[in-house]
Amino acid sequence: MYEGAIQDLIDELGRLPGVGPKSAQRIAFHILSADPADVGRLATALRKVKELVRFCTTCYNVAESEQCRICRDPRRTEESICVVEEPKDVVAIERTGEFRGKYHVLGGAINPLEGIGPDNLRIRELLARLGTGAVKELILATDPNTEGEATATYLALMVKPMGIDVSRLASGLPVGGDLEYADEITLGRAFEGRRAV
Amino acid sequence: MQDVGVPPGYRRQLYRDDAVVLRVQKLGESDRIITLLTRHHGRLRAVARGVRRTTSKFGARLEPFGHVDLQLAGSPEGVGSALHSVSQVEAIDLYGGTFLADYPRYTAASAIAETAERLTPIEREPSLRIFQLTLGALRALAAREHDSSLVLDAYLLRGMSYAGWAPALAECAVCGTPGRHGAFSVPAGGSVCPDCRPPGAAHPAPATLGLMSALTSGDWSVADAAEGPVRRECSGLVAAHLQWHLEKALRSLPLVDRRTGP
Repeated sequence: MYEGAIQDLIDELGRLPGVGPKSAQRIAFHILSADPADVGRLATALRKVKELVRFCTTCYNVAESEQCRICRDPRRTEESICVVEEPKDVVAIERTGEFRGKYHVLGGAINPLEGIGPDNLRIRELLARLGTGAVKELILATDPNTEGEATATYLALMVKPMGIDVSRLASGLPVGGDLEYADEITLGRAFEGRRAV
Repeated sequence: MQDVGVPPGYRRQLYRDDAVVLRVQKLGESDRIITLLTRHHGRLRAVARGVRRTTSKFGARLEPFGHVDLQLAGSPEGVGSALHSVSQVEAIDLYGGTFLADYPRYTAASAIAETAERLTPIEREPSLRIFQLTLGALRALAAREHDSSLVLDAYLLRGMSYAGWAPALAECAVCGTPGRHGAFSVPAGGSVCPDCRPPGAAHPAPATLGLMSALTSGDWSVADAAEGPVRRECSGLVAAHLQWHLEKALRSLPLVDRRTGP
């Protein structure tokens, strides 16, 4: 147990995800011995992220102005929206360079066991965007786990009557994996989605 | 059940059991904590390392609602670390895959899983009847022979019966006078006769109490024929009775999609 500022720093660092008491102590002593200019930059970055970063008013991705960089980009088509759970999923899809439409970040997935239902996600806002008539295609890119699939099923139920094409990201065997270890659901989907070569 | 023992070089005992996956929670970068209801070792939590990686050998086998055959590392008697770890898993029936394309069944399965967790409050205490009931309910949901809302209510009623809180339906909950009585009081423990009826007791339709009896005894011909308003009233009474005895609301119950009823 240390005194004053160093213990306060250890306590605050220990509240971060994945940082245990030993790691918190190590980081705190690293900060204590670091160059004051480096520590100043870290403090400024922490303060700025809370002051400047907000959610885009259109897609709810993280942004530094009212709209995010993707929603402001006039070269991206308005006709296609890709629905994801979290802002980090937008980054993952952007890295592929395959999608030229816009996004909608739900803020999670339907999970009744955690008390998260459709009303706790940004589904109402998505339906309002689709109601303008500009969108022709909705791509459901929620995680391929039980909660993500259930969310995609719920969204498909809500959106299909609006006459918009709804598609789901393909799922199947991962590149680099062994067929022997593929589970029944994954292998079944790979067979369903097989393609001619 | 098969206890494999402690192989050379291992500090923890390996043992096998079959289980229903009740819940999964993220842990660290790529792991998950899996809450399992096992046939012989009761409810326990185990770490599945690397399960969130696309190349994980576990794949979708440890997704919620699956019936799986597992090899676990840890002490089955509960000595040592609270968290066991999953070393191998084989699928018996992955019901989760069936529910994904059917939102009402997914929400009903979630309520069944949460109730199973609450009905087994002590970890590693064998609960064979709750295990069999939970597995049977998930199997019935996957078979699509009955409305998902009816399967859920039947599970809740029978689960309460195993826990000793079954609502009195064929006699007065207070004085034991036989017969089906018109009033229903959750705090009193079920249907109550006119002499024992406490203030604020509900007056459900006679068909609602009939549906509750049918669901408890497994009379599906009567249950399937029940009208929508009767099913809704029955669901309300069952949920109120369960949550009164659990002394805590179930988070998944208000989110159950009951649209499929007639």
